[in-house]
Amino acid sequence: MKLRRTISIIIKEYTHIFRDWRSLLIIILMPVLMIILYGYAITLDMKNLTFAVIDDSKTPESRELIRGFTENRFFILRYTGIKRNEIESLFKKRDIQMALVIPGDFSESLISKRITKVQLIVDAADSNVGTFINNYSNRVAQLFNEKLNHRSPGILGLEPRILYNPDMKSANFFVPGLVALILLLICSLLTSITITREKETGTLEQILVSPVHPIEIVVGKVVPYITLGFFNGIIIIIFARLLFKVPINGSLSLIAVLSLIYIFVALSFGLMISAVAKTQQIAMLATLMATVLPTIMLSGFIFPIASMPLPLQYISKVVPATYFLIIIRGIMLKGIGLAELWQHAAALSGIGLFMLSIATIRFKTTLE
Amino acid sequence: MQPVISIINFSKSFGKNIAVKNLSLDVEKGELFGLIGPDGAGKTTTIRTLVTLISPDSGELSVTGLNVSKSVREIRSITGYMPQRFSLYPDLSVSQNLNFFANLFEVPKKEMAERKKRLFKFSNLEPFSERLAGQLSGGMKQKLALSCTLIHNPVVLILDEPTTGVDPVSRSEFWEILQELKKEGVTILVSTPYMDEALLCDRIAIMHEGSVLAIGKPEKITGLMHNHIYKITGHNLVLQSNRIAQIPGIISVQSFGDSLHLTFPPGFSSEDIRSKIYDLLGQQLNIERIAPSLEDVFIGLIEGKIGHGN
Amino acid sequence: METDNAVSVSKLSRHFGKFIAVDEISFEVNKGEIFGFLGANGAGKTTAIKMLCGLLKPTSGEATVAGFSINSETAKIKKNIGYMSQKFSLYDDLTVKENIEFYGGIYGLSREKISGKTDQLISELNLDKMKNTLTRSLPLGWKQRLALSTSLLHDPSIIFLDEPTGGVDPISRRNFWRIIYEIASSGKTVFVTTHYMDEAEYCNRVSIMHKGKIIELGTPTDLKQKYNKTTMQDIFIHIVGQN
Ligand SMILES: Nc1ncnc2c1ncn2[C@@H]1O[C@H](COP(=O)(O)OP(=O)(O)OP(=O)(O)O)[C@@H](O)[C@H]1O
Ligand SMILES: [Mg+2]
Repeated sequence: MKLRRTISIIIKEYTHIFRDWRSLLIIILMPVLMIILYGYAITLDMKNLTFAVIDDSKTPESRELIRGFTENRFFILRYTGIKRNEIESLFKKRDIQMALVIPGDFSESLISKRITKVQLIVDAADSNVGTFINNYSNRVAQLFNEKLNHRSPGILGLEPRILYNPDMKSANFFVPGLVALILLLICSLLTSITITREKETGTLEQILVSPVHPIEIVVGKVVPYITLGFFNGIIIIIFARLLFKVPINGSLSLIAVLSLIYIFVALSFGLMISAVAKTQQIAMLATLMATVLPTIMLSGFIFPIASMPLPLQYISKVVPATYFLIIIRGIMLKGIGLAELWQHAAALSGIGLFMLSIATIRFKTTLE
Repeated sequence: MQPVISIINFSKSFGKNIAVKNLSLDVEKGELFGLIGPDGAGKTTTIRTLVTLISPDSGELSVTGLNVSKSVREIRSITGYMPQRFSLYPDLSVSQNLNFFANLFEVPKKEMAERKKRLFKFSNLEPFSERLAGQLSGGMKQKLALSCTLIHNPVVLILDEPTTGVDPVSRSEFWEILQELKKEGVTILVSTPYMDEALLCDRIAIMHEGSVLAIGKPEKITGLMHNHIYKITGHNLVLQSNRIAQIPGIISVQSFGDSLHLTFPPGFSSEDIRSKIYDLLGQQLNIERIAPSLEDVFIGLIEGKIGHGN
Repeated sequence: METDNAVSVSKLSRHFGKFIAVDEISFEVNKGEIFGFLGANGAGKTTAIKMLCGLLKPTSGEATVAGFSINSETAKIKKNIGYMSQKFSLYDDLTVKENIEFYGGIYGLSREKISGKTDQLISELNLDKMKNTLTRSLPLGWKQRLALSTSLLHDPSIIFLDEPTGGVDPISRRNFWRIIYEIASSGKTVFVTTHYMDEAEYCNRVSIMHKGKIIELGTPTDLKQKYNKTTMQDIFIHIVGQN
């Protein structure tokens, strides 16, 4: 690898980026827009969950449990004193997303310290919402247990993630995930079209007849976009903090350094696609497909990895966002540091280097 | 009779750049009219304005009596236009591209086969009709683009440098098609950098820096040259042209293939010039006075070296 | 192996699927020669040039460029050739100066050399006033001359020009060919394709390609004698029109 050649590619890429200020503006504004739209869309959804209660117990304890649900801003009690057979039609009309059925022996059972079962019917048509309700209900139940008896571990198992989100704010849960998704999407899109664009305009042909080595092209294209991606990452995190009041309990500089690694992974991924795809459209589509879905479904963004079928759990290990989510949630919400996170950071770096090598190897010096 | 294309005092600027200033010209029905000029002369701007893609700053432009600013739709439906950079669908095959354009302009199914046959005759693309357009060679793409423009029956045909990259054989066959269309009454406006094509036009306009320098039949244009042209032939003369340009009294030297054309004002004789060249190069060269070619006049007009009549 | 040939081609073929784009062509180009590579559309000229420049792998056959094999030594070839493709290939969102600097850079020229060359080229091309304008807004003739100059930055011994003057007006074409002559007289080999037959007359030797094969090769003077024609245009139409 010759430094001079690489540097001239870097300078050229920077010139492209800054010359086309309209695209630059889009690149900067798009993530902001995305975080605002998705951020509000998701948190709004979660705030207006309605539910019905069938309270066969009608005791102070049962009322206490119901209050546990209505206290926070997420559940709105819409129906009380309805009959069991009415529940189904309410679900069908999408009037309620959840129904709580408290059995007649609720108080007695509690007092005698038996395991007490409360039936919670959840509309899982929107699995997103379903998971959510489940998580929050567990939390409500846990609080209820604590009030009742401080030494008791509680009736139901708890989703650990909620432990670190004691305010029950969904923003805290989702926004770090959004940061991971948006950063990955934008950065890999950026690089996925840079090489294909040159294939289409014919300039790649001119570069390929020079003694330039693929690694020089690949590095020359990654470096400028790392700065751009980093700038984007900062903006996203600032907005996350300002708009959704997501806490940043850990070190800011650690977030910065580890985001840089993640951005590097995203850019390498884009280049890998770019090296194989023939046209810009194909590159963009492939990038979208390969980033958005796995990140949403398989990274623990919404569904806990531990509850996935085993094959999917393995796949999630190669999804970059899996590691970054642990990192960013860890730093922002738990305030943990490198000591706990270095393995994930190392995994990310490994994925990035692997992708960059693939990009270099698959990069053809001929026009086949 | 009213001209089919009429341009009166047309001007257009892009920012500070004046692309066309005060251009006026008419093209009659069934005429084959050529726009000739160096890069940046304003040919493409004029053509794009005529096909309603850009609007004039000032002036009156009309096609078959329809004003370009008012009758955008009508003009587009009766003119066939081929832009300098025509984009085909690279992921469609040759025949799919042709069919697409035929359907776009509602060419009757019955006539399709006949037309395709005629177009394939010039383009030689028939053996490649199933190949994707993106995999054609540069000139083949150009020929396919031309075929797509000619597949419907336009009343007016406007072509911007249609034969760039097309080989000489296909070029002459393409011009035969244009002559046939002309006979059928189609009015054709074409810009070209080829002087042999310009000679095939009924009339031509030589444009330079946004205005017309000369307009008329090709014979009339060649008659504008008042200076005398001498042709010298010999080996590797091009490299000597800078030295030959030093001959006292000479106006210009241009290379034409393996020969040079020297421009002198009237009053020199072949003998004069031969001896001057001998003095300069120590070589006896073949020299003869020739009638100016269109290319001589074109260059003379652009460089302001045609001399004055008495 | 030291030879006098800048390019030497032997039974070179290229297939695309079942289609044979270049069919066992063989020829030689001498050092310092202007070699006109003529042919009908789709004859296989661009395909052949791309193989010689290392952009496409041959299906079969062998060729050497500047003494190096196109099958095994493309990296060495790339250091010794300049190439100007049929498609305009400068960055049109970069300025004239930035383009020159970029191409200087990817050929590994030193910083001083680049800035010296940049100034030299800009003044040679009379682009002083335009050096900071975007390449996009240059007239075509100037673009092509700029592309030619940038492909010469690293002082290659052979230069491949694929239709460098397509669409260029007669005056700019003359300027362009004056430069080609200067390049050739400085000892470089020029390998050029064109559809302008008056340009074919400027070449030392020409080959005419048709349907993947070279069907004629010789000096313009010899060909004119052989076919009893006065111009290359007539010869081309005669040969290609017949086949
Ligand atoms: N990638 C490809 N896939 C299939 N066929 C191809 C491909 N590239 C070129 N061809 C075919 O190979 C033939 C030769 O093309 P080439 O570009 O070499 O022609 P050319 O002589 O340069 O023509 P022109 O004068 O029009 O530029 C054409 O028939 C073309 O369609
Ligand atoms: Mg070609």
